[in-house]
Amino acid sequence: MKITIASGKGGTGKTTLSANLATLLSNLVTNTNVVLADLDVEEPNSGIFIKGEKVKDEKKYKPIPEWIPEKCTFCNKCKEVCNFNAIIMLPENVLVFPELCHSCYACVDLCPEDALKMKDHQIGNLTHFKQSNLNFIEGELAIGEQQAVPMIAQTIDYTNKNYPEDSLFIYDAPPGTSCPVIESVKDTDFVVLVTEPTPFGLHDLKLSVETMKKIGKKFGVVINRHGIGKKDVETFCREENIPVLGRIPNMEKIAKEYAKGELLLKIPEVKEELMHIIQNIESETNSHFNLRDQS
Amino acid sequence: MKEIVVISGKGGTGKTSITASFAKINGKEALTADCDVDAADMHLLLQPDFDNKKDFYSGQLAYINPEKCINCFKCKKACQFDAVEVINDTFQINELNCEGCGYCYHVCPSQAITMKDALAGETYLSKTRMGTTLAHAALGIGADNSGKLVTEVKNMAKKEAERQNSAYILVDGTPGIGCPVTASVTGANYVVIVTEPSLSGQHDLERAYELVKNFSIPAGCIINKNNLNPDVTKKIKSWAKENGIKILAEIPYNENFVKSLTDGMTIIEYDEKLNKLIHQAWDNIVEDVGGL
Repeated sequence: MKITIASGKGGTGKTTLSANLATLLSNLVTNTNVVLADLDVEEPNSGIFIKGEKVKDEKKYKPIPEWIPEKCTFCNKCKEVCNFNAIIMLPENVLVFPELCHSCYACVDLCPEDALKMKDHQIGNLTHFKQSNLNFIEGELAIGEQQAVPMIAQTIDYTNKNYPEDSLFIYDAPPGTSCPVIESVKDTDFVVLVTEPTPFGLHDLKLSVETMKKIGKKFGVVINRHGIGKKDVETFCREENIPVLGRIPNMEKIAKEYAKGELLLKIPEVKEELMHIIQNIESETNSHFNLRDQS
Repeated sequence: MKEIVVISGKGGTGKTSITASFAKINGKEALTADCDVDAADMHLLLQPDFDNKKDFYSGQLAYINPEKCINCFKCKKACQFDAVEVINDTFQINELNCEGCGYCYHVCPSQAITMKDALAGETYLSKTRMGTTLAHAALGIGADNSGKLVTEVKNMAKKEAERQNSAYILVDGTPGIGCPVTASVTGANYVVIVTEPSLSGQHDLERAYELVKNFSIPAGCIINKNNLNPDVTKKIKSWAKENGIKILAEIPYNENFVKSLTDGMTIIEYDEKLNKLIHQAWDNIVEDVGGL
């Protein structure tokens, strides 16, 4: 089962929910791997809350073309086929701009002289931590890199290759509704949209809902900072028949623990809501997480 | 004309509320640009009229003409993005996967593939409820936020600001450190980073500043909810000092932040304490960048 935690607006509590939900699940499941992946590669923060033993640290690359001057006849084909302006042809030189390249291979494969070949260009780092039954994979985009999508794709790929399908995967997505978010939800079974009951929260939730409907994903909503603002988010969800999976109360204690980088499982109100959220995800997806008896 | 960009690294720190307040303070002296095109919210506070709507095209998408397709699989083999799907023996493009690179178009032996400009969103040049001008946009669902729409909004704002002879362009930037942020920051005279004293806020602030440093643009910092964690506030302040970043204002947690938002108003219209602090931040910015 793969669950992505997403939100249109930033700062609504995606990471808080992901880190706490994954930790709680890892305490409760038996014979199942719990895998938390931070896909907010531009600003990954789950690692602030999850401490564990580092088991792997690897550089991640995307392929970009490298020019082989001896073979080049300056026919201009590579520049012509590049739709991203990543190649510039000078009288005696061919320049490649790595951050503009989408790794489509058109220039390399269509060069009549084999004067370009693909080489690796580092785009970020992947770190794997382990804390008892919880596996935490963090993708981090290198500063100056422009495209988050290849880093997200490689982080997801790592989780798929290292864990069996029957694991519980929790993906912490980047904010927004554009391509990095699509990449983060593409292969998941269920999306949790985190919002807050403010006009900004509602507005951006509507965009996220449209996105999920367009790509045909099952989803539900978690209302964070419940108690502030108005009831508009509740009304919207009711009218649109969107399940509200849980409501995390607005409490000073939560904000303070979060600011310190602490998990919230010791706060009874939070733990209770997380249990609701888990049960509601189980019933929305017709699945059973085989949780240990909680007595 | 000075261009001031407000960013945050982490989302939800109060960027938009603060930018909207700067817009209110400056009235017709400033033109505002909402460059957070992925989750544009400025209009909820400034209530613009969504005037001068224009479609924005960015990048391309492949299209396969089934009449001409000879099912040779060449496009499918060439595509690095799994965007060519074969459904009931018909080859078609999955638009969500298509990067618009055109590789398939070049290898197709039967000219069945055409590349079409992709509609990426809409731009507007609006009058706000205050009579000021707002350049803004809405990115299409799942569209490629390559920063091109951000650049388009900024260019619209710049052109209009020149026409109006505005003193300032106020840019509400995007969270993160990727292409939309780079596009927001490019060409600015000053960067304001809004943060909060949580470990996440601090981490994202430092990463965002790493990016700003590459541009050699002077930066100031606003610490929102500064009483949330005094330790982290202290750390942020000493980090700012080491990096030559001015602390423009420290804003204690204030319920009226959310209440003003709920009423569709800027925080300075709602709360006298916030009004004073935001004015102080603005005065500090002006001191750093100078006037016209």
